[in-house]
Amino acid sequence: MVNLEVKLKDMILKNPVMTASGTFGYGEEFEDFIDISQLGGILVKGTTRHHREGNPYPRMAETPSGMLNAVGLQNKGVEYFCNNIYPRINHYDTNILVNVSGSVIEDYVETAAMINELDKIPAIELNISCPNVKEGGMAFGTSCASAASVVRAVRKVYKKHLMVKLSPNVTDIAEIAKAVEAEGADSVSLINTLLGMAIDSETRRPLLSTITGGLSGPCVKPVALRMVWQVAQAVNIPVVGLGGIMNAKDAIEFILAGATAIQIGTANFIDPQVSVKIVEGIKDYMIRHQVSDINDLIGAINLK
Amino acid sequence: MKKLVQDFEVLHKEELNKGTFVIDIKASKPLPDIKPGQFVNVLVENATNTFLRRPLSIHFVDYEKNIIKLYIKKLGEGTTKLGDLKLGDRLNIVFPLGNQYSIPKNSKTLLIGGGCGVAPLLYLAKHLKEAGNEVTTILGVRSAYDAVELDSYKEYGRIFVTTEDGSIGEKGYPTQHSVLNEKFDYTFTCGPELMMKAVAAYAKSKDIPCEVSLENTMACGFGACLCCVTDTKRGNICTCTEGPVFNINELKW
Repeated sequence: MVNLEVKLKDMILKNPVMTASGTFGYGEEFEDFIDISQLGGILVKGTTRHHREGNPYPRMAETPSGMLNAVGLQNKGVEYFCNNIYPRINHYDTNILVNVSGSVIEDYVETAAMINELDKIPAIELNISCPNVKEGGMAFGTSCASAASVVRAVRKVYKKHLMVKLSPNVTDIAEIAKAVEAEGADSVSLINTLLGMAIDSETRRPLLSTITGGLSGPCVKPVALRMVWQVAQAVNIPVVGLGGIMNAKDAIEFILAGATAIQIGTANFIDPQVSVKIVEGIKDYMIRHQVSDINDLIGAINLK
Repeated sequence: MKKLVQDFEVLHKEELNKGTFVIDIKASKPLPDIKPGQFVNVLVENATNTFLRRPLSIHFVDYEKNIIKLYIKKLGEGTTKLGDLKLGDRLNIVFPLGNQYSIPKNSKTLLIGGGCGVAPLLYLAKHLKEAGNEVTTILGVRSAYDAVELDSYKEYGRIFVTTEDGSIGEKGYPTQHSVLNEKFDYTFTCGPELMMKAVAAYAKSKDIPCEVSLENTMACGFGACLCCVTDTKRGNICTCTEGPVFNINELKW
């Protein structure tokens, strides 16, 4: 038997595999395909203070080895989540994290405070990096001062595990990570999508209604891996890695780069069973390499 | 209805005309109940620029043979790869996805299809006939060369064709066909959005219910990505889970 259990500070994950926000709905969409209790955790979709209709269609464009999205945080707001969705999903035998987003600091604070009251939600992921909303979102994650200010405000009202999701659309992501660590973040997750664009050369029109959108999928993996490695060396809090993870081999690479846990995103769209396959694949890797504890692989990249 | 991920085997392939195929794919396990209007999301393997699955209407289901028929027109890289499949090849699909067309009883029903959008109408015609409805189908195509599978439709009712060049049937668009002078109780359509909007306008003018099948760009096909939304009177809702079939009264058409 191999030990797959990891800890994000006080939060125990039965294995390091989580699902990324915005790619896993509320978990219910995947119940036909997998046993959700086999995962280390799930991050349910971005939740805001108020109802958001999201962006107009078209919201998605396929790219080589990836996709651009401009969903724009469509959701029914935190109150609806607490009253209608939480009671439906709180029986999941795994860590449920809510991704919290906003346009102004008060939005984050209000939303986080309401989720703080939900017993079966051990953590939130603060989304200061969404590239698809006109106001706020990514803007908070692109400077140390603004990232610190939103984390500081939320930390005052949110008493459980506070994960902060970082934007790759910055010059030095490690500096942002250090800034949110200093304000009391318990972990960081990275990367959110890369800002991108696609044009239909025949019609000469952009493929997204918003012109630009967030790029995800295997095409972003080398960027994500590099950033996870850089941030893992810069901070003392756990790093959760995501960005183009399609299989167990990709997941192991992120763990070797310093990630304590990983999130599966776009791959969920292509294979709704991929997350549990990755748990099995990590086990196989450990057996093959005679590693009895997954924690021995975290940051174990060989640079010699 | 439980959604599944399964490998199928390509059992038969029929070229309808250049670039349009019907392939029969055989399930390894007994097929679940599949409704007319539902779709599958197909994995395209070994394609350099195709990353996401391809949603395809379910053209027909043969439970005795345990096969699903898919109607494929080679349009982009993904559908071209699918059209190039050979007998014995494996195809991984997520299915059955989406909602279904309504099935009235003992009514006079009209089906209008255009281009490769006709894909779900044959299976719908079968269900409508089995429910005691009188089925009339109009297929709108460019020319006689594109008027395919007419005999298959004849099994379930009347079939009429309109062609843009007048080479077969009546010249013009399906919404201009003379059979529309008859009185119908229900209209169902699938095809280019402009054609479906014209069908919707016809149905509204006659005050009869009309259902359309939308084809929006989607990533997952089961409600997780929220990419395929359509703007309805209820706000943005997913075409993959709350559609692809919509009553026109729901849409802002």
